[in-house]
Amino acid sequence: MTGHLRATLRDIAVVAFAQSVAPDPGLSETEMLLPVLTDVLAQAGLAPGEADFTCSGSSDYLAGRPFSFTMTLDGVGAWPPVAESHVEADGAWALYEAWVKLLTGDADTALVYACGKPTAGDLEDVLTRQLDPCCTAPLWPGPAALAGLQAQALADAGGTVPPGPGSTVVDGAAAVVLAAGDRARAMCARPAWIHGIDHRIEPHALGVRDLTRSPSTRLAAERAGAFEAPVDTAELHASHPAQEVILRRELRLTDDVVVTPSGGAPAADPVMATGLIRIGEAADRIRRGESDRALAHATSGPCLQHNLVAVLEGERRP
Amino acid sequence: MALTAPLVVEFPFTRSLGPVQSAFLTGLRERTVLGVRTADGRVLVPPAEYDPGTAEELRDLVEVGSTGTVTTWSWEPDPRPKRPLRTPFAWVLVRLDGADTALLHALDAPGPEAVHTGMRVRIRWAAERTGAITDIACFEPYGGEERRAHVTPHSGQFADPVTVLTTPARLDYTYTPGRAQSRHLDALARHRITGERCPACRKVYVPPRGVCPTCGVATAEEVDVGPRGTVTTFCVVNIKARHLDIDVPYVYAHIALDGADLALHGRIAGIPCEQVRMGLRVEPVWTGDGRHPDHYRPTGEPDAAYDTYKGLL
Repeated sequence: MTGHLRATLRDIAVVAFAQSVAPDPGLSETEMLLPVLTDVLAQAGLAPGEADFTCSGSSDYLAGRPFSFTMTLDGVGAWPPVAESHVEADGAWALYEAWVKLLTGDADTALVYACGKPTAGDLEDVLTRQLDPCCTAPLWPGPAALAGLQAQALADAGGTVPPGPGSTVVDGAAAVVLAAGDRARAMCARPAWIHGIDHRIEPHALGVRDLTRSPSTRLAAERAGAFEAPVDTAELHASHPAQEVILRRELRLTDDVVVTPSGGAPAADPVMATGLIRIGEAADRIRRGESDRALAHATSGPCLQHNLVAVLEGERRP
Repeated sequence: MALTAPLVVEFPFTRSLGPVQSAFLTGLRERTVLGVRTADGRVLVPPAEYDPGTAEELRDLVEVGSTGTVTTWSWEPDPRPKRPLRTPFAWVLVRLDGADTALLHALDAPGPEAVHTGMRVRIRWAAERTGAITDIACFEPYGGEERRAHVTPHSGQFADPVTVLTTPARLDYTYTPGRAQSRHLDALARHRITGERCPACRKVYVPPRGVCPTCGVATAEEVDVGPRGTVTTFCVVNIKARHLDIDVPYVYAHIALDGADLALHGRIAGIPCEQVRMGLRVEPVWTGDGRHPDHYRPTGEPDAAYDTYKGLL
């Protein structure tokens, strides 16, 4: 349905993207985020607090501090009060909310950011808290163990699981600016227009799912319009090599598609920003003229539990 | 030098189970594994309250076997204390005999070479059972063949059912306050109070957080403030807080230190509660080897005029 919304409402584009590189572990989340915000706002020509809407993604469980996102609002120039929202999820879902906000016409520009300090705690323990509280969480299975179940299922089904690293968990932050119509054209020589975004989720019980498939990814891609025309680039959010195999199949990626040229989560996985970075990296390829139609994927939860697909397009070059 | 400190978060979540989860967990206490049958005849174990496909409410409980088949697995080299076993083990999804879906648990096995998909396993029950998934201590290898027909209707009724589940959780963190607050806390330990000035609006923030929330720019210029200041507003605390060794009543105040553009929080002592007032001039008192002021006390100066602090209320 969201793909159809786009056609009847207005054109929205990613016009700027920035991310942190190897932040000093002694920084607070706000201190880690601030240079990223300064960078992305400068790219878009916006002053702090000037975006019509601000939306962020993060999780209190990573740093162990309730309402930790309220502190990071200091970095956006949030006083006097700005129109602002937060999702307790990867920043890709914050971008989805901001995109819908712009589609409604309530805003012409939006600042989207995400940050996380996963090294503050022990992710093996922390991520178990998102699991079913009655039957799964009391056993404390870590993310590597659960990814291993999926990889083994794929191997048992005859799939080839390439050797390769899992994700490299780091602290980090990322930010994107969205703008509508002529505002986007004024801010950016080649905006990455959002053709569609959709996100879908699997049943929560792992034992109910066929772990070799990701029907939620397939459906989200269909709804985002991914199959209406070929993509030349796909930025995938896969924290295990087996997940990339599954995603390539569900997204029907052919061998000529450039897959995750940024290096993806194996290169750097700043949890809660990793998905937003996939959208930012795909948009940057379009903005630099290296891609005309790119797909970005974000995931959260165990074994590709929840999947978001965004399709971005550059304007035809004469 | 950035400071760090250990931070422990503990939260014993208490959950109401509802009829299906209550029957399932009480059943485990009684060494009985229950599943639920969907409209199309599939048996879900662990049982769901709603059909994952149709969202239809599910209440048709059945008993399944305590033996089953591994549908996938992964080796766990790190058997930390919270996990089911104290030695390296396999995580397994097990489809119990009679069930159509699989349950996650641990398999006690000597090494990954002893585990394979399709292997037969059985439940090893915990000696003490309370009505929790951990009433299954783990699975263990089992030589018997699969018994397909092992599904019998079950009322879900047990004596003294478990209706509420309390799941304790403890997470350990290393808290990092950041560069700006580390500088502030270091100075406090040396009996100096410092803030940071915004390069754009020139406001001085105490304690500093490294950024001006009005301008959205970094603050870097460190400025000494106080040590004296003015009470801008206050309240009398009459209820004793847990873990706080302070006699009630006491006064908790906002204090605008001289040179600061933001009031900070502090306790006022050395004056009867009923004599504390807006405009009272105070100064910090460090006691023992405290890293921060224990409280603030009156300086004896004349009260500050309202106009001098009205912008900081």
